[in-house]
Amino acid sequence: MATLKDATAIVGIGQTPFAKQLPESEKELACRAIVAALDDAGISAAEVDAFASYTMEETDEVEVAKSIGAGDVTFFSKIGYGGGGCCATVGHLAAAIATGQASVGVAWRSRKRGSGPRPWKNTAVQLPTPAQWTRPFGLLRPADEIGMLARRYLHEHGATRDHLFNVALACRNRANQNPAAIMYERPLTREMYMTSRWISEPLCLFDNCLETDGALACVIVAAERARDCRQKPVYVHSAAQGLPAQHHGMVNYWNDDPLTGPAWTAARHLWKQADFGPDDVDVAQIYDAFTPLIPLSLEGYGFCGRGEGAAFTEGGALEIGGRLPINTGGGGLSEAYVHGFNLINEGVKQLRGHSTAQVPDAATCLVTAGEGVPTSAILLRS
Amino acid sequence: MLTPVVDPDGAPFWEYAARGELRVQACAAPDCGRLRFPPRPCCPHCQSFADEWRRVSGRGRIWSYVFPHPPLLPDYAAQAPYNAVIVELAEDPLIRLVGNVVAEPDAALDSVDPSRLRIGARVQVAFTEVDGMTVPRWLLERA
Ligand SMILES: [Zn+2]
Repeated sequence: MATLKDATAIVGIGQTPFAKQLPESEKELACRAIVAALDDAGISAAEVDAFASYTMEETDEVEVAKSIGAGDVTFFSKIGYGGGGCCATVGHLAAAIATGQASVGVAWRSRKRGSGPRPWKNTAVQLPTPAQWTRPFGLLRPADEIGMLARRYLHEHGATRDHLFNVALACRNRANQNPAAIMYERPLTREMYMTSRWISEPLCLFDNCLETDGALACVIVAAERARDCRQKPVYVHSAAQGLPAQHHGMVNYWNDDPLTGPAWTAARHLWKQADFGPDDVDVAQIYDAFTPLIPLSLEGYGFCGRGEGAAFTEGGALEIGGRLPINTGGGGLSEAYVHGFNLINEGVKQLRGHSTAQVPDAATCLVTAGEGVPTSAILLRS
Repeated sequence: MLTPVVDPDGAPFWEYAARGELRVQACAAPDCGRLRFPPRPCCPHCQSFADEWRRVSGRGRIWSYVFPHPPLLPDYAAQAPYNAVIVELAEDPLIRLVGNVVAEPDAALDSVDPSRLRIGARVQVAFTEVDGMTVPRWLLERA
């Protein structure tokens, strides 16, 4: 059977500045990030023949391709479920290139979530299912929906807000090392966390990701071609998506164990395809729209058992030098929230040895997309 | 307030609610009969398209809860912080309904002291009308 294992590599990454408000349009930001990624790779835009992005991406392939001057495009794909699609953009391009459907792939996400509207405020597009069972009762925002799972998690596993603080602090500490991060100059203390305002109790302000304007992109080619590119190749070792049996999206309240989410499904496939396991991961970029997604993901991806994710965060485990440094650019909580694409690029930076919070000799990196929705993940290696 | 945007799968739930009845979709295949929620066209256990709406007791326990704070939609911000709960039904704990615990069926979403909510607390369904639509609410059972 054909395999994706190390058949392709990320050879270029690009990003715009991150801010609460940027003057450029989402389309222009997308083009700027993509052009920067191609320049990083040393590949001409005319060679691009594949695109992948999110269904929530507002700029379509037609606009991007004609703006940057792409050639004939033979593969294009969009992945659903918001931040759950993040790593699948790379996965789809890796599959397309490994099977000869295209040769130079660009994945991107551009979003003005900082200055643009909050999606949950739009009641006109309220989906009939399952929203009729949740929204009338005041579960309006993702924070309310995940807050339900967080409360249950804390209750079932004897976890506390200090565990969630450990997550917020690790991300903030890395952002404080990253000049591109929104929270570069803003340290977080336990007192700030414990006295901050509630968003949806038990989740406080610092349990929630940022609202950011910005865009990122990366370039993927076949492994043979990657060796001739300008940058050290970062190989796509394994890729998986995850939609578990009887899953219900972010309001996953109706299966046997709502705390065992899509991460578990993606992880089983991811590790089955890989030459290494969780113990061999040097650094991880774990989707962090909300702090409780980290313990849930640590469990799902096999770094600890079910219910052990909160305890895993103790003793500085998520910090540089800890058992599993995470979100080394600051993540969605403290660098930028661009539906997780900054996690992909940060994974590449780590394996190039160029992160602002470099894990010494990092050779393997797990990148995950949003837990709590149909998700995706990739394993990168140098 | 947001009212349920009803689809064909969910319509019977709301029609029974309007009569003050809490009913859950069940498989009507003779050798299956399992409850399912949210409603859907086909039984995920036996693939039967035959269904019925089975009346349940309206008793349950709180599985989890949150207290949303602003920013929220205006009608909700006016009552914030309010509670939103998930109730697991006595008949089948995997059938869970999102709702609100209130002091009286027609009371506001913030009418119960937050300290009275806890996971496992027993609740009983009641119904109220919101903008012409009947929706379930939950009352704490007196211990
Ligand atoms: Zn059945």
